[in-house]
Amino acid sequence: MRFTTAGSVDDGKSTLIGRLLHDSKSIFEDQWESLERSADLAGGTEVNLANLTDGLRSEREQGITIDVAYRYFATPRRKFIIADTPGHVQYTRNMVTGASTANMALVLIDARNGVVEQSKRHAYISSLLGIPHMTVCINKMDLVDYSEDRFREIREAFYAFIPRLDIRDISFIPISALKGDNVVTESEKMPWYHGPTLLSHLEDVYIASDWNLKDFRMPVQYVIRPHTDEHHDYRGFAGQITGGTIRVGDEIGVLPAGARSKVKSILTHQGPADEAFCPQSISLELEHNIDVSRGDTLTSFDNLPYTTRDHDAHLCWMHEKPLQLGRKYLIKHGSRTTKVVFRELVNKINVHTLEEVHEPADMGLNDIGRVRFNTMSHLVYDAYKKNRYVGGFVIIDEATNDTLAAGMLRSPDKAQPVPDFTDYVI
Amino acid sequence: MNQYKLTHLELLETEAIHVMREVAAEFERPALLFSGGKDSIVMLRLAEKAFRPARIPFPLLNVDTGHNFPELNDFRDRRAKELGAKLIIRTVEDALAKGIATQVPGELSRNRLQIPTLLAAIEEFQFDAAIGGARRDEEKARAKERFFSFRDEFGQWEPKKQRPELWNIYNGRLLPGQNMRVFPLSNWTETDVWEYISQENLELPHIYFAHEREVVRRKGQWLPVNDLQPPKEGEEVKTLKVRVRTIGDIMTTGCIESDATEITDILAEVASARVTERGGRADDKVSESSMEDRKREGYF
Ligand SMILES: Nc1nc2c(ncn2[C@@H]2O[C@H](COP(=O)(O)OP(=O)(O)O)[C@@H](O)[C@H]2O)c(=O)[nH]1
Repeated sequence: MRFTTAGSVDDGKSTLIGRLLHDSKSIFEDQWESLERSADLAGGTEVNLANLTDGLRSEREQGITIDVAYRYFATPRRKFIIADTPGHVQYTRNMVTGASTANMALVLIDARNGVVEQSKRHAYISSLLGIPHMTVCINKMDLVDYSEDRFREIREAFYAFIPRLDIRDISFIPISALKGDNVVTESEKMPWYHGPTLLSHLEDVYIASDWNLKDFRMPVQYVIRPHTDEHHDYRGFAGQITGGTIRVGDEIGVLPAGARSKVKSILTHQGPADEAFCPQSISLELEHNIDVSRGDTLTSFDNLPYTTRDHDAHLCWMHEKPLQLGRKYLIKHGSRTTKVVFRELVNKINVHTLEEVHEPADMGLNDIGRVRFNTMSHLVYDAYKKNRYVGGFVIIDEATNDTLAAGMLRSPDKAQPVPDFTDYVI
Repeated sequence: MNQYKLTHLELLETEAIHVMREVAAEFERPALLFSGGKDSIVMLRLAEKAFRPARIPFPLLNVDTGHNFPELNDFRDRRAKELGAKLIIRTVEDALAKGIATQVPGELSRNRLQIPTLLAAIEEFQFDAAIGGARRDEEKARAKERFFSFRDEFGQWEPKKQRPELWNIYNGRLLPGQNMRVFPLSNWTETDVWEYISQENLELPHIYFAHEREVVRRKGQWLPVNDLQPPKEGEEVKTLKVRVRTIGDIMTTGCIESDATEITDILAEVASARVTERGGRADDKVSESSMEDRKREGYF
């Protein structure tokens, strides 16, 4: 189970993570000693749980979390990976990065301040990146007398804002990260709250359905050719299934070429298998000797993916150098890397108000907006909303190789012609 | 009827295999760092799975500090032979003789000296990617490490220049002279590694299991006694039943007292451990930022 945390500075994010790690007994003695040592040096008396997470020197110096930090803890019921991201607007790109693989977003709100700009931004990014579950922790309840009214007020304010978002599942939990109320143990101070503690909620959320198991998709990553006597003719198309399931004997299409074949054998982590499913990394043999290589996508026939060179997507720009219309960049989508040119900035989200600004003049660091662009070769995809692992891509600078942006593909405007599949009969 | 569900360990496995294959596809001359330690044994297994029924398509590379546990070296050599893999060894001894590495007076551990040795090996063989077994849970500077960790012409790690990684998309593009360190086990914890070793029934060097060994108490740790590390005056040599949790330089790798002779015992021990795995390694204790500093210089 992977979740992200974000909140404004001082909302108590680090304290909360420290509390989860501490109360679930995931902090070790030597880590604790090192915390005590830093507390001594800083002249403080209390151990600062926040120091457990702020790993880089510049972060300790400035007292903030800059990059995405990954934390691990486990309970007897589940293992957790936390992508801890800073909440400030100048770190939007880190928040987007952390959100890309998360099952849940944990939004932290200071009960005294209520829903602020950053809470909204975090909720917006979580929704844009398609995080299936959201938990809003209303923190520092101890500072508002554990007031039910205050909790309800904040929840209403949040509800008033979410119709604009696309969130499947949302919960609200009143907590005190500092005192430990409703984090791991139930609070005695808030008898009016009947829901689960944060930890038991994290343990119970049903995440198996977060993968798209409908339409089979697999970008071919690598072709395995053993060249040994024993496996003389083996040609395995290796890749991670990004959607659906596949069985030996199933018909599959190869896009963008439009070839067709049947699955002859499947090799999964466990060895030869009759069936495989998303997100396993597998290797497939096909019945026919057709031309398939890295960058191609194997697909089922029920719901074909889009195969096109004209695209419409949301983009989060992650680099100091702003986007230039008309300039050539590289795009990496699935296992395919090709050239791309941006034609049009459709809109940009004002990260303060979350209003759309139409036809913006530019797109720079931490901007999120909608763009239209063309790629040199075809991309094979579904809308990001339908499947995040089939609709996501990154933009790379051709000269420096820096990763400049991340994007989420939308359904194309124009109706797509069904690709022409050639039958291969031997 | 069908449960299309992967366990946590299977999710980590599919992620690591994806990363290995991405390296094979995107780089010209990758190498897999193999020490014979538990993390690199897990990596080797994942590489086997990623490319079967073909052989692992890259050589194994080890930097021998001359302070390696001899048991580990034997194991390393044997495993490479069994897999029919090419094993390249470059030694700190040799790097010192050639002036590639220079010792600082009083420096006991050869941890720092591994850096220039590794960089020279990368240059000698023109490796553009080195796959390592480091995990984010080991240390806080590692918590921010990427799967594809970009190193500049000088082998340096610049935390602020790391490339964002989203979904399962990795940017492996390099300019001449640059290279990539790749960490397929980024998201694994110590427990995951042990559970995987148990699940896959992987063979380990016996020093991971409880055995009798001569040790001395130094700075709160049990350090192994051997030719390189004779007891100091006034130190009492004890023979204890110990094992190692993580293996580094023999001079600084602390042993822990243990009766764990089976993987299941170790799993139980790890589950109830009160100190982190690297807590037994003096090299990390120098300062709060020692790992960050070593990584900046080119440590893996
Ligand atoms: N009273 C109270 N203070 C809290 C709570 N959670 C965090 N704090 C305090 O708020 C301040 C900021 O917390 P920190 O975890 O560093 O915030 P971050 O910037 O979001 O990581 C610290 O002084 C914490 O002790 C809480 O639940 N109640």
